[in-house]
Amino acid sequence: MSGSNEISRRDFIKVTTGIVGGLIGVAVGLPTISYLIDPALQEGGKDVWVTIGKFEDMQVGIPYPFSFTRVQVNGWERTSSSFGGFAVRKSDDPKDLLILNSRCTHLACTVNWNEQAQGYLCPCHDAKFSIDGEVLDGPPPRPLDVYDQFRLTEDGQIEIFSKAG
Amino acid sequence: MWNTVYEWLDERLGLNDMYTNLLDRPEPRGNWWNTLGSASLFLFIMQGLTGIFLTVYYTPSPDHAYDSVQYIMEGVAFGWLIRGIHHWGATLMVLVVFIHMLRVFFTASFKYPRELTWLIGIGLLLMTLGMGFTGYLLPWNQRAFWATTVGTQIAGSVPFVGEFILKALRGGPDLSALTLQRFFSAHIWMLPALLAGLIGIHLFLIIKHGESHFPSKED
Ligand code: HEM
Ligand code: FES
Repeated sequence: MSGSNEISRRDFIKVTTGIVGGLIGVAVGLPTISYLIDPALQEGGKDVWVTIGKFEDMQVGIPYPFSFTRVQVNGWERTSSSFGGFAVRKSDDPKDLLILNSRCTHLACTVNWNEQAQGYLCPCHDAKFSIDGEVLDGPPPRPLDVYDQFRLTEDGQIEIFSKAG
Repeated sequence: MWNTVYEWLDERLGLNDMYTNLLDRPEPRGNWWNTLGSASLFLFIMQGLTGIFLTVYYTPSPDHAYDSVQYIMEGVAFGWLIRGIHHWGATLMVLVVFIHMLRVFFTASFKYPRELTWLIGIGLLLMTLGMGFTGYLLPWNQRAFWATTVGTQIAGSVPFVGEFILKALRGGPDLSALTLQRFFSAHIWMLPALLAGLIGIHLFLIIKHGESHFPSKED
């Protein structure tokens, strides 16, 4: 066959085997890869607005406690996690709210408002936070976290924006 | 460049020799029935790969087995495909291995010097059936549960040692989390390891003896 322009039978077989093999490889490989990485491509829990209470129920100077749970679906399992915090009203203006997360910034215990101490106390390692969340005492490295996105609905409820996770 | 690398490797590994001995060895004039052993090998490898992928999501616990299988079927991209291949491949493998055995029988290829190849073949058939039996329980649905109840009950009907066999298979008197776990262990570790080892010896013997000639009229 050498010298002729036609490709030899052997080369033809080689090339077709290569092409068909490559196609089969792609047809098998792509589904396999997407099967393996599928959970990484799923959207996590959605970011949602959560109602925490009526604005008129919140009194100036007294932290208003609230809590909510969010359910997350991981594969075939549902995990619910609880969140909570305090809404601190400063004035008549609904924009003038400070909404704190009650998760201690030290090791994630839940802090409670203590009227006598005029601060949030953490039961785990005796941390104390001011009404505005500043660290007054104890090991926490930073002030309490703040929910900085919130809004007043038409029927007088305060909603906060809770991010996924 | 690649030639130098290839030659370097060939000198140390004997790649060319391997190629001639494994893939370019002389074969008798055969027919399609002679491909069934290779088909069995292919199915074994395919079951191995899809099985490995299934363990990415499957969970062998009574609390999760059923839900995790459901999740593979509906929640994961191409989960239905991977499980489908493994599911139907299992039946196909039993069938192909069995027909392979029939062809070896009808061509009388089990005779001297290939008796050992045949005996190991019987081990391979039993292991393959064992894979099917242990795999059947894993989805932990009603069918799996009752099939295994019946299957282990049958094994338990052996005289004298039956009760012991039943308990050993189930990991106790009843079907439980222990049964599921030990079936899983057998299905993904013990039987495949044995199977792979026996296949290795089977293939070694085939290459050593070469394939038998198709019996002629005089035989
Ligand atoms: C997992 C299952 C098995 C695998 C992967 C396997 C693999 C193979 C392969 C690749 C061959 C080469 C020739 C051919 O394909 O016909 C072969 C031949 C042979 N197999 Fe199997 N086999 C299996 C099960 C069995 C069983 C169940 C038996 C019988 C009890 C058996 C007995 C034999 C014998 C005697 C030969 C030699 C045939 C000859 O030289 O013509 N094998 N096997
Ligand atoms: S977790 Fe709050 S002080 Fe340690």
